[in-house]
Amino acid sequence: MITVKNIYKKFDDFEALKDINSQFEKGKINLIIGKSGSGKTVLLKCIIGLMKPTSGQILFDNREFSIFSEKEQKKMKMEMGVVFQGAALFDSLTIQENVMFPLDMLTEQSMEEKLERTNYCLQRVGLENTNHLYPSELSGGMKKRAAIARAIAPKPKYLFCDEPNSGLDPKTSIMIDELLFGITHEFNTTTIINTHDLNTVITIGENIAYLQDGCLEWQGNKENVLTSDNQKLNSFIYAQPLTQKIREFIKQ
Amino acid sequence: MKLLLNALTVIGEYFMFLGKVFSVPERWKQFFKKTIDEMYSMGVGSLPIVLIVSVIMGAVVTIQTGLQIESSWVPKWTVGFTARTSIVMEFCPTILSLLLIGNMGSRITAEIGGMRVTEQIDALDAMGINSASFLVLPKIVALLIVNPILIVISMFLALLGGYLVALMGTVVAPYDYIDGITSFFRMYDLYYALIKTVVFAFVISSIASFYGYKIEGGALGLGKASTQAVVTSSFLVLMLNLIITQIML
Repeated sequence: MITVKNIYKKFDDFEALKDINSQFEKGKINLIIGKSGSGKTVLLKCIIGLMKPTSGQILFDNREFSIFSEKEQKKMKMEMGVVFQGAALFDSLTIQENVMFPLDMLTEQSMEEKLERTNYCLQRVGLENTNHLYPSELSGGMKKRAAIARAIAPKPKYLFCDEPNSGLDPKTSIMIDELLFGITHEFNTTTIINTHDLNTVITIGENIAYLQDGCLEWQGNKENVLTSDNQKLNSFIYAQPLTQKIREFIKQ
Repeated sequence: MKLLLNALTVIGEYFMFLGKVFSVPERWKQFFKKTIDEMYSMGVGSLPIVLIVSVIMGAVVTIQTGLQIESSWVPKWTVGFTARTSIVMEFCPTILSLLLIGNMGSRITAEIGGMRVTEQIDALDAMGINSASFLVLPKIVALLIVNPILIVISMFLALLGGYLVALMGTVVAPYDYIDGITSFFRMYDLYYALIKTVVFAFVISSIASFYGYKIEGGALGLGKASTQAVVTSSFLVLMLNLIITQIML
């Protein structure tokens, strides 16, 4: 479980996050939703340690990341897998080398063990025959799946995904959602996903946090996200004509 | 005042960046592999331009020197001697380094900046890997090794360019030219030139990496960073050239 307490982040005069308090549960898909510029990515970067919050605490299973020494922080980062918005695969490495990279850099495993784990991860995301291809030779959806394979290679306890569905067609988005849902439940990881994809929200959102202008405005799950009375949440959820029709249907 | 403050901020950021770069590599095997790869791409990649520019530069320096020394009171070998001294002490180390800023420096900025824009650097940091050291240290070490080698090759090629001019027989006779380039040779001149190339190599690789690493603003920022890297490196190379010359000569 990941707990964020009183997180506050300021860039010069701009307040990106204002007193965020939330819990992200283990073995569940935790979604951070909100409009572009609402502070989702800043919150995720604070959690994974790419940004330092101006104040507040982040606890990983009751261990506070910021008070650890550099060596302990590094050890703890080995427990994290991150999937970036644009996949962030290393262009100069093949898919096999990309997936094996964290194992090469962070573990003392033998070549056979690393290869076995790499092949398992690629198989798990459905990319069995892509070992020797380069990222530039893959489609957007395949790149995202390769990034997921790289993220899960070191058997992380915590999985973070920044907009895993952005730029993908609806069918591929559903495939990515199902994959993340399956991995979370299979490996019992604490998964946090940043998204503004409503399909993801209503299909795999087991714990949802809604951010607006840097404030946590609502927290709930996929069962009550569509029926909430929160005006700010509704303005986000029902912004599109299609979702407005769904709302009218629900009311009827 | 604001300009000075900005300059001081950038200098501070640069030294903090160097502090991150110069840390013990996480995996020595990876470090050596990356350094060898960089040496190969930097060295082999720059050879054609070094070859062309050096031969032409050597030929031009010889022609110009020959035209300046036309007096019958001055021995003919002076043309070769003066051309060699100019080539070894100034033209090859400085002009070639300036050329390599455009070639290697902008490549390094674009490569590292591209990795920043596509979040590959964030991916390394998220894994707990010191991205500055992992990406930049092999480039600096590689250029520190490759640049002096390229400059020595360039010296030979430039002298060959001068010899080709001599073969044409209009400026200086070939035997006078050979006599000149082999006369009064001081090893100290070569040491001076090589020390300059090592310093320039450090400036080129570290400044280019710094601007690539701290890039902001996507593709637009990438272009801006490449320009800043080239301008800053060129200015520093010329300033350091002056300082080293004052100290060593």
